[in-house]
Amino acid sequence: MVESEKDLQTPAVPAPSPDEMAKLRPTLITGGKVPADVTRDICTPLERGPTGLWWGAFSLSLTVLTIGVVAVTYQIAMGIGTWGLNRTVGWAFDITNFVFWVGIGHAGTLISAVLFLFRQKWRTSVNRAAEAMTLFAVVCAGLFPVIHMGRPWLAFWMAPYPNMRGSLWVNFKSPLLWDVFAISTYLLISAVFWYVGLIPDLATIRDRSKPGLRKRLSGLFSLGWNGSARTWHRYETVYLLLAGIATPLVFSVHTIVSMDFATAVIPGWHTTIFPPYFVAGAIFSGLAMVLTLMIIARKVMQLENYITVLHIERMCKLMLSMGCIVGLAYGTEFFIAAFSGNPYEQFVFFNRALGPFSWAYWTMVSCNVLVPQVLWFRPIRRNIVLVFVVSIFVNIGMWFERFVIIVTSLHRDFLPSSWADYTPTTVEVATLLGSFGLFFTLFLLFCRFIPVIAIAEVKGVLEKPRRDLKHDSAQGDAA
Amino acid sequence: MSDRLLLATFEQEDDLLAATSEVRRRGHKIVDVYTPYAVHGLDRAMGLKASRLTWVCFICGMIGALGMLWFEHWVGSVTWPIDVGGKPWNSLPSNVPVAFESAVLLAGFGSVFALLAVSRLFPGKQAHPVIERVTDDRFVLVLDEADAQFDVSQVKAMLMPFNLVELEERVVSAGGTH
Repeated sequence: MVESEKDLQTPAVPAPSPDEMAKLRPTLITGGKVPADVTRDICTPLERGPTGLWWGAFSLSLTVLTIGVVAVTYQIAMGIGTWGLNRTVGWAFDITNFVFWVGIGHAGTLISAVLFLFRQKWRTSVNRAAEAMTLFAVVCAGLFPVIHMGRPWLAFWMAPYPNMRGSLWVNFKSPLLWDVFAISTYLLISAVFWYVGLIPDLATIRDRSKPGLRKRLSGLFSLGWNGSARTWHRYETVYLLLAGIATPLVFSVHTIVSMDFATAVIPGWHTTIFPPYFVAGAIFSGLAMVLTLMIIARKVMQLENYITVLHIERMCKLMLSMGCIVGLAYGTEFFIAAFSGNPYEQFVFFNRALGPFSWAYWTMVSCNVLVPQVLWFRPIRRNIVLVFVVSIFVNIGMWFERFVIIVTSLHRDFLPSSWADYTPTTVEVATLLGSFGLFFTLFLLFCRFIPVIAIAEVKGVLEKPRRDLKHDSAQGDAA
Repeated sequence: MSDRLLLATFEQEDDLLAATSEVRRRGHKIVDVYTPYAVHGLDRAMGLKASRLTWVCFICGMIGALGMLWFEHWVGSVTWPIDVGGKPWNSLPSNVPVAFESAVLLAGFGSVFALLAVSRLFPGKQAHPVIERVTDDRFVLVLDEADAQFDVSQVKAMLMPFNLVELEERVVSAGGTH
């Protein structure tokens, strides 16, 4: 072992901070937990049978998913004439749902990767569930463009592969193709990031399970993890690398989604503000969904000591800041339209606020800009019920944002003769419902079989007990 | 490495960190340390060098980016040139997004597979934790008793002040560490 003098002299343990400083820092995990408590609290619910509440929620989600499956089967059999689309409004519910679900995913990556880079230790309580949410949301999102093709069995045509149709390739200059690459990369990298985080926890489950299926499966997927510090050292490096590449990835994904619109010549889409506006909106909607899920999960799975009011409050602050960016973007769009001197651009925004779809526009503004303003007040941020209500409003508002962007920009074309209206059909509504069914079914299965809290990461942020005198004197001797 | 190992078990990460530094300062050979979570500063206490996996990530990312740029160029201007909005055949800005995604994909998968390969982790590998509670709440420092001067009682006396929970001597068969 080669080691320099300096290396030897550097104390590995930083001097303990004075008690006064430690008091200022809020406790992340309450209830005076020690590592063994964390293992027990998170693993026990997985080892017990599912509760009645879980079965209730699961059967409801599965029913809704079934409705969706029936609707999708019907529309694939009959063709997308079963939708309310027409020649003017060529994109509506389907692409709204696609953008909505991709956006939901973004908060998971924000929490797991961006907050990791910023060393926000509170993320450890929510990152596992938020990443799972990302994964399931991207699965839901990915379904929509495939359904939208009308002939989903030809979806593989999106991939550049050598073929027998002459030298025919995909068009790399099209943002729609960029989207194919962005979404599939996002899905794969999120899945890998999630799985890498899971390996140590699966080893914990393996080592505490009795011989049986659980032990075999967790043994298979924990890849022989034994907690070696050499492996941990490399693992931390790779985790940091993954966080480092996932951060630009998440920004690129919604930037590219926004380019699906921004590179078109449709007034209301063709604006340079779209990438930052979409990224902020995506994180905003995702945080709302994280809050919705976490508030339910902490109650149902009795995780109040792990997902505390402090966590809820911090996510509220993030959501409020994102909401303000989104509000600013709405205002900027109007200002630029008024300032552009472009009559088509001006008309679109005038029509958005006062035209046939003004109800959707004002629903969006109220839910996304007005309602979140209550989060400026600390007592509201710390009131779980109110935060839950706000998060539901934001979920609804952000769905309407995509609906407004897509439908209001399209339904009044350049040519008044081609102006049209749009009403969703039952099939489209059932497909949207079905995607929620899929999302919640997957999330409930996740809660049932996989630790909802990153056990190994939470153990690292527990409050350290005070050292006793015996130890401190030993340190003094060593120094 | 000899076939005699000394396992020192601790309850707290601070104890483990201090004990590891002290053991290393006295020149004993640390085989490995087993912990339930990533203990910050342990790499320095053990004298581990920075991982070279960052290079794997960088190289895979570069292969992804440059490979895809080349492919997009070949498709767009050699084998299937199509005019999109009058842009040049090899329009670099419109090739950037896909090249970036492919860089991220290869960098991510490359570093994870490299991690698994270097750490010899693979599906179905039989795990032999040094003690079962190491993935729960125990920290184990494993020392090699190779040195002729290695005196277990002396080491025990040295480790006692760090709230040593258990000290165990283990004889291993050739090749295995546990």
